[in-house]
Amino acid sequence: MEITTGWYLVLGALLFVIGGTGLLIRRNPLVMLMCVELMLNGVNLSFVAFARELDDIGGQTVVFFVLVVAAAEVVVGLGLVVAILRRQPGTTADDLSVLKG
Amino acid sequence: MVDTVVFILAAAICLTGALGVILARNPVHSALMLVMTLFGIAVQFVAQEAHFLAAVQVIVYAGAIVVLFLFVIMLLGVDRAQNLELSVLPIQKWAALLFGAGSLAMLGVLIIVVKDPVTGAEAMGGSATGDENVRLLARSLFSDYVYAFELTSLLLVIAVIGAVVLARKPKKVLDSVTEEGSEA
Repeated sequence: MEITTGWYLVLGALLFVIGGTGLLIRRNPLVMLMCVELMLNGVNLSFVAFARELDDIGGQTVVFFVLVVAAAEVVVGLGLVVAILRRQPGTTADDLSVLKG
Repeated sequence: MVDTVVFILAAAICLTGALGVILARNPVHSALMLVMTLFGIAVQFVAQEAHFLAAVQVIVYAGAIVVLFLFVIMLLGVDRAQNLELSVLPIQKWAALLFGAGSLAMLGVLIIVVKDPVTGAEAMGGSATGDENVRLLARSLFSDYVYAFELTSLLLVIAVIGAVVLARKPKKVLDSVTEEGSEA
């Protein structure tokens, strides 16, 4: 059995769906951020698979930018989580639905 | 043959880790499972000759981002097990499962129906294969995508400033906010 691009796309889609499902079923904001990372990694895998299939380095460049944006997102997201949880320990995503202190 | 074995092993590692992230009750276990998934992805990158991205994946993701997650988990002391049951919206779990099954079916149908995903478009940024992966990536990054590259530096500066502003605890503002909260 030869591993074609389609197999990598299937794996990327599975990771994306698992991450999206986790984002919906978990209430801990930290775990939700981790699920966003899972979704980003699924997409990155698809980009690299297409970069090899099309023999184009552009796909890998996009993955580089996704990595940078993911790092910035995690920094700001964790800053928000720390700021919120320091004032209200044990907060879940459900408690933040009204966006007021 | 070796490719197949490597793909199957790495895919199993990725999926086990991904399921562990969303099913583990303890956030620390979720973070460690995330490391497992990221290593699996790095193996897939190597298998597809994206050597630089595989190194960055391990260094930045597994080395920096997950450590940041663990640091925040320990700092906040939320490393106790949490109940996975949902209380506020009981329908949410079923909606999530429906979303997962639906999008999986959609993506699966797309991948199966579109047997040849390549459109025949000409490669714009140069070949991706061969031993010159790092050199090609650098050339692409600093020629075609140089403005985007400069913008990411701006983005990182903004993120750092934002994190500092968010993490700071100004005494006066905090007191007034809590007073307002107690009055209301």
